[in-house]
Amino acid sequence: MDLKITDSVHIKNQKIFHGKEMIFSAKPSADIIQFLKQAYKYLNVSYPKFHKMDGLSKLGILGTEVLFQNRTIHPETALIFSNSSSSLETDKLHIEAMGDIVSPAVFVYTLPNIIVGEISIKNGLLSENVFFVTDKFNAGLLLDYSEILMEDSDVPAVVCAWIEWKNADYDVFLCLISRKGNLAFNKENLEELYHFENE
Amino acid sequence: MKKVYLLDDTIISPLGFSTLENISSVKNQISGLKFQKNKRFKSGGFYVGIIEEERLKEAFSEIGDPDKFTKLEQMMLLALHPIVSNIPNLNNIPLIISTTKGNIDLLQNNSAFPESRVYLSELAKVISNFYGFKNEPIVVSNACISGGLAMAVAKRFIASGKFENAIVVGGDLVSDFVISGFQSLQAISENACKPFSKDRSGISLGEGAAALLLSSQPKWNVKNITLTGVATTNDANHIAGPSRTGEGLYKSIQKALGEAEISAEMIDYISAHGTATRYNDEMEAIAFNRAGLQEVPLNSIKGYYGHTLGASALIESIITKHSLLNNELYKTLNFEGYDLSKPLNIIEENEERNLKYALKTASGFGGCNLAMIFKKEENGS
Repeated sequence: MDLKITDSVHIKNQKIFHGKEMIFSAKPSADIIQFLKQAYKYLNVSYPKFHKMDGLSKLGILGTEVLFQNRTIHPETALIFSNSSSSLETDKLHIEAMGDIVSPAVFVYTLPNIIVGEISIKNGLLSENVFFVTDKFNAGLLLDYSEILMEDSDVPAVVCAWIEWKNADYDVFLCLISRKGNLAFNKENLEELYHFENE
Repeated sequence: MKKVYLLDDTIISPLGFSTLENISSVKNQISGLKFQKNKRFKSGGFYVGIIEEERLKEAFSEIGDPDKFTKLEQMMLLALHPIVSNIPNLNNIPLIISTTKGNIDLLQNNSAFPESRVYLSELAKVISNFYGFKNEPIVVSNACISGGLAMAVAKRFIASGKFENAIVVGGDLVSDFVISGFQSLQAISENACKPFSKDRSGISLGEGAAALLLSSQPKWNVKNITLTGVATTNDANHIAGPSRTGEGLYKSIQKALGEAEISAEMIDYISAHGTATRYNDEMEAIAFNRAGLQEVPLNSIKGYYGHTLGASALIESIITKHSLLNNELYKTLNFEGYDLSKPLNIIEENEERNLKYALKTASGFGGCNLAMIFKKEENGS
């Protein structure tokens, strides 16, 4: 089947790339909190729930805002997400609170797939979901599973993603896979896009 | 698409360290939930399913050094052992691991294990290397549907022809991390959970691990169970509460039935999620009614195991598989008094009945829902 990488977004090192074009950058000294705030403002998101989310969910919402811009997204667009550290940064916050008063608002973010739920809510997606945890970006797994869903289960489009947050570092890579576009959906192109750095 | 057969399986739980012991306990209405003191609860404790560490170590020492593996790793490795022992060659068999929190307890306790073990990918490596799997292991961490979703991933890999076989292993612990979190959400019952009951007041937590071999090839001359339809659907409603219309679960059931090419009337048995929270059980009743499944015998086995999180849908699928093979329906332990807004046919006593098709469902945080259809095939097909 002729599947294409229709579009992609990369968020890393205080910068947001749409395809290979840098669309936003914060000062290199900006920490994740400052970066998320500035990017939210710049992208003109206006979604009050955003402020209650943990870092991982905020990164995912910002990434999909860019990816879904000027586009109608089919409600059955599947979300195939992955990372290496699961929800560890938020897990640490919950553990800090355990000796004292535990916050349910923090605890609910101690599952990596919550980000998939947040994106589904924001964009009205009633679709197939999965969250994989792998050692590093695994293009083969995202490719195989996306192909199977689109070929065998009539899924019209897929967002496959790597969304990692560990200590001060974050690395978000989102791809919209559909039958539209010029870039073939294969392992080489996924890897190339993921490793692309606009230095 | 190729057929996908459910072959060897193991359950490790407070009810026993083999599928046989587990089925026998469920059949005899023995629960793994016991009272345990805990200061987080008003009454001084709660009912919970804990695997005794000494007993686990003793069993594990037959296959490895218990000091080198965490409790969860020992549970998962023990679950895999009888399955892997029967496979001459692990080349090209993917290992799919389901867990929500893995070794999260290592972050709180002064443990002898390096902190890196808390990474799910590290846990996966430990499990994979122990048996010498060649493919890079895959972890599915998708809240309370993880165990079933790992089976769905395996099913899809095999049905598409990508792999001939796949092994799923799932497990989770009852750590202070999850106790404190669910307690802050007021989601834990101090008494043993009472699925679908009038005075249900929340979940019981439980520890468990399970493993399952899925294959494109049946076992010859015996009855086989196939996984003929799977689907997941997000509710797009709330990250910590189910949809009031049961939309995601309803859609999952419709799609799974479609993939299995059967209608709702053909379902003989439903193994529900049945966590015993107010909202979950009500949502399920609504979804099953919308799907026309209100008269199908249904149980929740959470009263035997508690909620084993990333293992639950896998353990419950294995019980469902044996229900189909044995033509036995197991009662919903602790069920008492019905007050859901829609009718359901709760199994209140064990029953023998000819069974062919079963539906297994699960739902979880993040709005995720899962439905799977199991079918009993004729001999050798």
